[in-house]
Amino acid sequence: MTTGKEHRMTSAASAADLAPTAYAWEIRATGLKVRAGRRRMAVDGLDLALGTGVHGLLGPNGAGKTTLIRALATVLRPAGGTLELLGESAGGRSGHRALRRRIGYLPQEFGYYRRFTVREFVEYMAWLKEVPKAEVPAAVQRAVERVGLADRADERMKALSGGMVRRVGIAQAIVNDPVILLLDEPTAGLDPAQRLRLRKLLQELGTDTCVVVSTHLVEDVAAACTDVVLLDEGRLVFQGTPDDLAAAGGPGHMGDSPLERGYSALLRGPGRERGAW
Amino acid sequence: MTAEHASARLIEGYARGGTDLAADEVWAVEAHLEACRVCRDRLSATVGAEVPAVASLVDTVWSGLEPLLAVTATMPRGRRRPARWLTPTTAPWPAMVVGVTLSALLLDLAGTGFGEVSLVLLVAPVLPVLGVAASWSRGLDPAYELTVSAPRAGLPLVLRRTASVLGAVVPALLAGGWATGVSAAQWLLPCLAFTAATLALGGAVGVTRAAAVLAAVWAAVIVAPTLATSRTAAALQTGGLPAWGLLLVLGVGVVIARRDAYSVLGAHR
Repeated sequence: MTTGKEHRMTSAASAADLAPTAYAWEIRATGLKVRAGRRRMAVDGLDLALGTGVHGLLGPNGAGKTTLIRALATVLRPAGGTLELLGESAGGRSGHRALRRRIGYLPQEFGYYRRFTVREFVEYMAWLKEVPKAEVPAAVQRAVERVGLADRADERMKALSGGMVRRVGIAQAIVNDPVILLLDEPTAGLDPAQRLRLRKLLQELGTDTCVVVSTHLVEDVAAACTDVVLLDEGRLVFQGTPDDLAAAGGPGHMGDSPLERGYSALLRGPGRERGAW
Repeated sequence: MTAEHASARLIEGYARGGTDLAADEVWAVEAHLEACRVCRDRLSATVGAEVPAVASLVDTVWSGLEPLLAVTATMPRGRRRPARWLTPTTAPWPAMVVGVTLSALLLDLAGTGFGEVSLVLLVAPVLPVLGVAASWSRGLDPAYELTVSAPRAGLPLVLRRTASVLGAVVPALLAGGWATGVSAAQWLLPCLAFTAATLALGGAVGVTRAAAVLAAVWAAVIVAPTLATSRTAAALQTGGLPAWGLLLVLGVGVVIARRDAYSVLGAHR
């Protein structure tokens, strides 16, 4: 039937895609404690369950957002409590190799190699993420196209603007088609039009991926997220839809939009002492 | 291949929309076309010659696609592969190490040294440590956090980078040692022991810090007394070899026992 070097047609859905999942939540934490540095407990007794969708992680600086995302990326070990990712315990001392292949992670400080081209960098990351060799070129091309950098793919990264570098960071995070996608402040450095595009991409990814986006911009949450997680001092303050968050605020609370008023209402509850800022 | 191909009747019927073919024939032709270039070419010839409606539809689709394809960069062929062994930011370090070896060698050969002491012998054990530090260090590798979070992170990647550093440094030292008549056994074992110790200590306090500590210890315990007394320290003579071997085994043991430390961000900042 076949002639010489024909490509074998690949089916659109692999066995792994069709297999039923063995977990109820992509991310599940109970009483999670994670240390930042030697002493400070940045995440302190957090209970959280996240499924498919876009989850906005909100909170003031120092609330433990970055530490939580690092723990979810398995680069920080929990100091207490349990953390289950895709049904697998992320505590323990193993390297979580199989689990990490299904996680995409963009750190807050996204470091890159200035002399690499966009394609080389994303390809290098695909290699680090153990994407099968035969699939690397296509996966890289797809990731680069999704963040709208196909026309700059062969330029060196030092020639890119800050917003474009950020998009390369998102491309490397999605190159392995992750089931859990962790983005720490992905909108930093993007101009308004790029932020709109990113929100669309997030909504698109959120249909079949568990996306966790940390941000301190409340309007990002309103536009892109199906779910808001509000953290303060390492604990969960609120989890619900953006509408629930808006409903929590009244006219007496600080803020220019319903969401901002809800945010300040939940963070400055009675009995809390805070500085002027 | 001499496998069967679709008959002219089937191809023609398919090109005309498949209405005069049985459903299972359409299905079989389609499945065959997906895998057979010869029959696809026959199909396109048939369409071009006999079915102008389909031909013009294909042309319209192509003319819509072409401007999009023109701006999409295609993968350049025969590109160099990005570094798998060393990160680009580390590459200058082994080069520096080779440079230091060469200058030590020149000083030795010029006879401006310190009596019977060979400079190559004095610097050889600590040089790879610098390269190893550069290849697995939070400060020097901008993509450190990304690398550590990847599935491939961990001991195999650390060893791969260490091996590439040693691969660059050891030949340079061998050449230097041969030119000055220092036997390889005298420095190779301390050199490997120091490398293992850097990785072992690095798992606890960070590789950069470990390298700095070990280099300082080396300078204080071996280099300073040697330069002061102008004779090779006892540790570097053949009698010291068992001790170096022990240090090497210890270091390797600690590295293996603590291999998980290389796939998490340490508490050290």
